[in-house]
Formats: sequence, structure tokens, C-alpha cells
Amino acid sequence: MATITRRMPLIIGVSQAVRRSSDVAREAPFIPLLVLTLLVFFAIFAPVIAPHSALDPVKPTREQCLAKYGMAACPYVDNVPPFWAHEGSVRTPLGTDFLGRDVLSRLMYGARISLVVALTGTLVAGVIGTLLGVLAGYLGRWWDQIIMRITDAWLTMPSLVFAILLSSVRGPGLWNIVVILALVFWSRYARVARGEVLTIRERDFVKLAEINGVRKLRIIFRHIVPNVINSVMVVFSLQVGVAVIIEASLSFLGVGVPPPEPSWGLMMAQERESLMEGKWWLAVFPGICITMLVLSANMLGDWLRVRLDPQLRNR
Amino acid sequence: MVKAVDGISFSLEAGETFGLVGESGCGKTTTCHSIVHLLPPSARIVSGRIELAGEDLVSKSQREMQKVRGRQIATILQDPMASLDPLFSIYNQVAEPAYYHQALRGSKLRHRVKELLAAVRIPSPEARMKEYPHQMSGGMRQRIVGAVAQAGGPKIIIADEPTTNLDVTIQLQYLNLLKDLQRASGVALIFVTHNLGIVAKMCDKVAVMYAGKIVEMQPVRGLFYHPRHPYTRALLDSIPKLGTKEPLYGIPGQPPDLADLPTGCSFHPRCQHASDRCRNQEPCEQSIGNGGTARCWLASEEFARE
Amino acid sequence: MRKYILIRAVYSVVTLWLLVTIIFGLVRLTGDPVTMKAEAGADAAYIAQLRHNWGLDQPLYRQYTSYIGNLLLGDFGHSFGKSLPVKTIYLERLPNSLKLGFAAFVISLVLGIPLGMLSALRVNTWWDSVGKTIALLGLSMPGFFVGLVLIIVFGVQLHWLPVLGKGASAFIWSNPSTWVPFWFKDWSHLAMPAFALGWYFAGAMLRITRSGMLDVLDSDYIKLVRLKGVPEQVVIAKHALKNSMIPVLTLAGLNLLIMVNVAVVIEVIFNWPGVGQLLYDGLSNRDFPMVQGVVLMSGVMIVVLNFVIDVLYGYVDPRIRLSR
Repeated sequence: MATITRRMPLIIGVSQAVRRSSDVAREAPFIPLLVLTLLVFFAIFAPVIAPHSALDPVKPTREQCLAKYGMAACPYVDNVPPFWAHEGSVRTPLGTDFLGRDVLSRLMYGARISLVVALTGTLVAGVIGTLLGVLAGYLGRWWDQIIMRITDAWLTMPSLVFAILLSSVRGPGLWNIVVILALVFWSRYARVARGEVLTIRERDFVKLAEINGVRKLRIIFRHIVPNVINSVMVVFSLQVGVAVIIEASLSFLGVGVPPPEPSWGLMMAQERESLMEGKWWLAVFPGICITMLVLSANMLGDWLRVRLDPQLRNR
Repeated sequence: MVKAVDGISFSLEAGETFGLVGESGCGKTTTCHSIVHLLPPSARIVSGRIELAGEDLVSKSQREMQKVRGRQIATILQDPMASLDPLFSIYNQVAEPAYYHQALRGSKLRHRVKELLAAVRIPSPEARMKEYPHQMSGGMRQRIVGAVAQAGGPKIIIADEPTTNLDVTIQLQYLNLLKDLQRASGVALIFVTHNLGIVAKMCDKVAVMYAGKIVEMQPVRGLFYHPRHPYTRALLDSIPKLGTKEPLYGIPGQPPDLADLPTGCSFHPRCQHASDRCRNQEPCEQSIGNGGTARCWLASEEFARE
Repeated sequence: MRKYILIRAVYSVVTLWLLVTIIFGLVRLTGDPVTMKAEAGADAAYIAQLRHNWGLDQPLYRQYTSYIGNLLLGDFGHSFGKSLPVKTIYLERLPNSLKLGFAAFVISLVLGIPLGMLSALRVNTWWDSVGKTIALLGLSMPGFFVGLVLIIVFGVQLHWLPVLGKGASAFIWSNPSTWVPFWFKDWSHLAMPAFALGWYFAGAMLRITRSGMLDVLDSDYIKLVRLKGVPEQVVIAKHALKNSMIPVLTLAGLNLLIMVNVAVVIEVIFNWPGVGQLLYDGLSNRDFPMVQGVVLMSGVMIVVLNFVIDVLYGYVDPRIRLSR
């Protein structure tokens, strides 16, 4: 005979204190915001706060010239190590590159390039892609099919390879890169935007507007676009990091921002030979900068994604 | 610490069907999960004892509970679409409890699975065994879930709103099936529902839950003909009656937030008969004759309604 | 299942055609290949000759049809630098890239999936934080940076691993005896580039596995399996794992495609003679047919790969496998 008896009354407690979302949705992402603000600060105020010029070699001191070349004066002293090393000096805290330019200053100016290129490129891609996606989603039928087939085909192209192809035809240059970024990335936005539109279109408030004879264009802008913006923003924040890496990769390969501009990717490429000689820091610092920028953008994007998607909040 | 379930106490006999009734969020599912120790990480049993065949379940470890689940106590969940693993065959899923609890293998296992499927009236079980959940209808799936529940040879089956997601036409079939299974195996059934009609049909004893407490517990006839708690009465009154054009009656107000319970009796804000005592003092369980109890100050008075 | 495969095949063909057309269009639109090839100051006759050689003096639709026609015949053009058909050079280099890609893929699976599962099973604990951090780092550090760091640490400072080149083993199409040993030799050369390449994807895999696993663990059917009294290890290993593999596989395929990207830079850094390096050489030498050919061939490979993955996916999921 099976019986369940609860002789002592059962009390089950549920802790309310622990919010199961812990990590992600909990707090504002302070660290990435801080890092990003810092980088933006450097980018904007580089001309003011950079200790030296990014393009001209640092004027060396007598001692340096003597130590390096045995001459009393010289145009530049190259490959000076960071200040903590033996031959380093605090004037050039992170050392100088192969042409005697101050690494720290170049890093600061480089922040401009990375940020401008990545942000602009991603923005343009975003605008174009979102528009196309919204059109495809809203107009439907064969508009939708055509645009989506093209988008899908576009998406199968690996971004860097595609960018390389385009840049081989267009040539290097900062604004060229922006255009290339826009051309390569718009499809990601299109797909997301279209998905959102399709979901929203079926919602009742849109149908209500349609029934009441509101003009199609008005419906698009008043109802659909704000909802689409949310998802697109998430894609945007995650894509910025990708754009930075693509630009850096392009510059690294020599088909991105051309010298003497201090693109971080380019800086890493130029110092590759010195790597072999043991002067590793010159290539590593720009890499660290790139990582910080992308890391912060990604963390921000993650946070945004969880904030904006209520379903994900419990993770 | 929010008390999801506060001071629940009941007992269950073999072959008995025990109904657990209440609105969403009143704690019925939590109660069921607690019996088998499968509470979400944020919840825990603060105090109490659950005795099965002389053993206390609360003190068992997860490892030990594994042997209890499926083997002594089986469960049927609400949504047949979501209950079965889409990637494994029906045979695989029905066989699992028998495999782990009764160590059946090979042809004996196949035979058992066929038996189980036949018992829940699945036509041509041989063929069905090889199929996958997505190939079955909702009613069939729920029956398979029933077979899964029986597979371990349990003494108790907890059915958590098993018919809520089924078509109305299938519901009755399913309930009859459960009753037949029960009669055949002598299994005890804990039936969780918010539908009083089902309670009337299926249950021998009923407990009504509100805000984490049992507010009334009686044998089924007593509950329907002589409800003692105003909440029970209100629930019964809100069932639409065929043949009259009376306006529908709903219970005014909302169930309380468990984190912010009213003082005294949890039901008093929505109760027509609330007195000062109700507002200030939480009622304890009053026994009301036929072995039932009610958590209401007014229950002990002559408050029976014909 | 058959219908599913058919639809996917048609879809792949359409995608391929679109891809080829898009490349054609964009290249023609964004600049003139001829001026990129010709040195500054080259005389008009030379440029005209070049234009004629490439058929660029023909009307656009003619160019297009001959372009497609050539492609269908398998002619991807001739490299300027090496005076060999692009296809030949590409195919010769392809096994090297595949070897690298495959190794990197394996690394990303071996690193990413177990860590992702661990993260999901110990969600919101310390382990989970570690896992999520690794994933973030993986996704944020550019591949070439990781490569450079590896070279510095393991190659230059510690001298553990050879830095450049791929070693002596080669895959020669015409010599079948080289086909199998190729994949198993020279692992020390493969170690660093494969890790640099796989690192990013390990991060992506970690995330996907984690979120897929969390979804599955939350589901009703897992709850029921537990309620059946099935031992916990079996719940995870049998049910949770198989179900979470579906989203993982899908996205694994997609990630493979992005790997082709990063591979370019990795190959350049490590002097790995693969397809990516071909691209780079083509760039530096302004060998336009080479660049275009490599891009096209990569596109083709990816579409084919996606198709294969779609079919595999259809196989794993019985809902598709058993349909008509």
C-alpha cells in the first residue's frame, strides 16, 4: 500500500533575492563604456594630447644619436624600446617605430582611423541594409524574393575576401574602405530587418492601420521602423567590432588605409620584421588596442542584445 | 524568501485519486515538483516531511531520488507537444524507465513497450514504436506520455493538468483512459487541474489551494455539495450553468502576490463574508466533520449550503 | 528527404549564379581593372592591348555571357604573374588551405563545445564567467594578432615550434600515394597557424553551444526525462547533447565560411602556401585574374560546403529525414 503522508506540513520557499539573470542583464556595462569613452577621447583630442606627431619622426636627443649611430645628430632614431627597457626613454613611452615615429602618438591618431572607418562604414551599411530589408519585408511577394536571394548570395561571400577583391579594384584609401565596408556588410542588416518586419507585419496594430486605409509609407515609418531599429541596433553594435577587424586586416595586408596614416593594422604589418629580431612590442601594442576596441564594442553589443530582447533576460 | 507553498499537508491512499485545484500561481505545480525533489535552483524545501512507504523523501539526496522518480512516482506534464524528445523514437522514450528501473533488456523490453502502448490504446504499437513524436497527434502523444509514466511500474502518478492542452473531444477519452489504468494497476493519482468539472469526474478527495496554502480539503462529494470555504464556493459559483441566462459570476479581484500577502486570511480582500477576525488573524485548519478541513474562521459555524 | 535535397540543390545553384553575377557587376562598377594592373605612366597602346586581351572593350552583355560561359567550362582565367591557368594554381594550393582549415576547425570544436557545455551546465557560476570571457576574447582578438603573439611566444622566445612554412609534405593531385599521408604529417608546423585560426571560432562555438544547451535544458522534454528517473549523466549525454547539436551544427557550418576570411591573414603571417596567400600575392602583384579567380572559387566552395552541411543537417534531424 503506497501512501504519501505529510505529517509535518510542507513549506517550500523560493528565494526572491537571487535574480536569475546574474551576469548580463543586471548592470550597465561600465568597463566597456569606459574603454570606449577613453578611445573616443583619444581619437578626438589626439592633436592636443598626443606627445608627438604621428607622421613625423621624433626629434632625437644627442645622447640617443650618439648611442645608436655614434653621431652627434641624426634625423631619427628607430626602434627605440618602451620606457621600461634599457634604451627606452620616457619621451617616447611606448618606443618608436622603424621610421623613428612615436608609437604612443601614432596609436592615438590610429584610434581616429579605426573609429571613423568602422563607425561610418557600419552606419552606411546599416542604413542601406535596413532600408532594403524593410522594403523587402513590407512589399513582399517578388520584391521580397529578389532582394532576399541577392542578400543570401551576398552573405555567402566571406567578408574579408570580398573586401580584398573590391579594394584591389578600387585601390587603397580611407574613404574607399568605408565604401567597401558598406558594400560588404549591408546584407546582414537587410536580413535582420526583413525578419523583424515580417514578424511585425502580422501583428494586429499594423493590420488595423492597413484596414483603416493609412498610406503604406506612413505605416512603414510610424510603426515598423521603430521596432526594426531595436534589432538593427543590436546588429550594429556587434558589427562595429567586425568592421574594426576587417579594416585592420585590410590595412595589415596593405590594401587598407595606406601609409603613412597610422592605422593600427598597418602598424602591425610594418613591424613584422622587427618581430623576428625580438622587438615584439612594436607589433603587440596596436594589437592590444584593436582588441580593446573590439572587446568593448562586443560587450556593449551583448548587453544591448539582452536589454532589448526580453526573452533572453533570464540567462 | 517567498513562501511558494506554506504548510501543506495531505495523505494519499493506494488507488485513490487526489485532486489539487486552484488558479495559476497558487502553488500546485510547485507542490508536485517538490514531491519528487525537482525544484528550480532558486527554490528549496524549508521544512516538512514527505513520507512514502515509510521513508522520508525530503531527506533523500538527488542520487537517491533518481531511483524514486519514474519507479515509485511518475509524472505526466501538461504539454504533449513539448514533453517528448523530438530526436528519439517512441520506443526509445517509453523504454527508458523500464530500462533503468526494471533492468529489462532486448526482447523482454520490446515486449513490455508493446504492452504499455497497447494499454494506453495506441493502435498497432509495433509500427508506432519506430516512429517519432512529430508524427503523432497531440492526443496520441499524451497517451504515450501516459505509457511512459506507467513504464517504471510506479505507485503514484502525478498528472499536472494533462488534458489542458488537448482538444475538448479528446479530453474525455484521456480521462477515461487514466481511470482504467488506475483501476488496472492500483496506482494512486494526484491530479492537478483548474477545472472543477474534471475534478468531479476523476477525484476521490480534493484539496483547494490558494496563495500557497490548502484552504479546503474534502472528499469530492462533500466539496461540491457542502463547500465550506468562501473561495471554493466562489469557484463553484463561477461555473456557467446550462439552461439559465444568469450573468456570469467571477471572483472579484486578483490572487495576491506571494511576496506581499494580505494580513490575516489571504483570501479576505476578495471575500464577501470577511470579518475583523479574518482580516487580522490567519485561520488555522478547522476540521469539518467528514475528515475534511477548511482554513476559514467561518467554516466551523453552520455555513453549509445546499 | 529527397525533396529537401532537391530544393537545397536548386537554391545552391541560384545562389552561385547570383554570386558570380554580383562579383562581375561590382568589379566592373567599382573601378577599372585595367588601370589597376597597368603601371603609372604606361602608354595608351599598352592599356588598349590589355583591354582587348581581357575583352573589356566588348559591350557589357557580351562580357557577361563570355564570363559565365568560361566559368561553366571551368576556365577561371589566366594568372598574369605565373602564366598558368588560375584554376591549376588554385587547386594545387587548395589542399594546404583545407588542411589548415580542417585543423583549425577541429581545434575550435575541441575547445569550444566542451567549454560551452560546461558553461551551460554550470550556468551563472564562476565556470560560466570563465567560459564567457574566453568566448569574448576569442571573438575580439583579431586572428593575425593571435598569430603574431604565438609566433613571439612559441617561435621566437621559446623556440618550440617552427614558425614559417608548412613542412615538406605535399598533396599532389596526380600522385595518389601522397593523398593520405599529407594529412598526417608535419603537425608541428600546423600547430600555431591552426590555433590562431581556430581561436576565433572556438569563441563562437562556445557561445553557440552554451546558448543552445541552455535552451534545451530549459525544455519540457528534458524535464520529463529527469522525471522518469533517468540518471543525470544520461540526461545530459544522451538527450541534451543530441538536441543542442542541431543549432551548433548549423552555425558551425556558417562559421567555417568565415574561417576562410581569417585564413588569408594567417596564411600570410605564417607563410603558409595556401589559397589565402595566393590572394595576397595576387594583390601585391596586381594579378587581377588571380584575385578574381580565387574569390570566385572560394565562393563556389562555400556554396558547395553549405549544401553539404544542409544535407547532413537533414540527416540528423528525423523530422526532415523521414519526410518525403
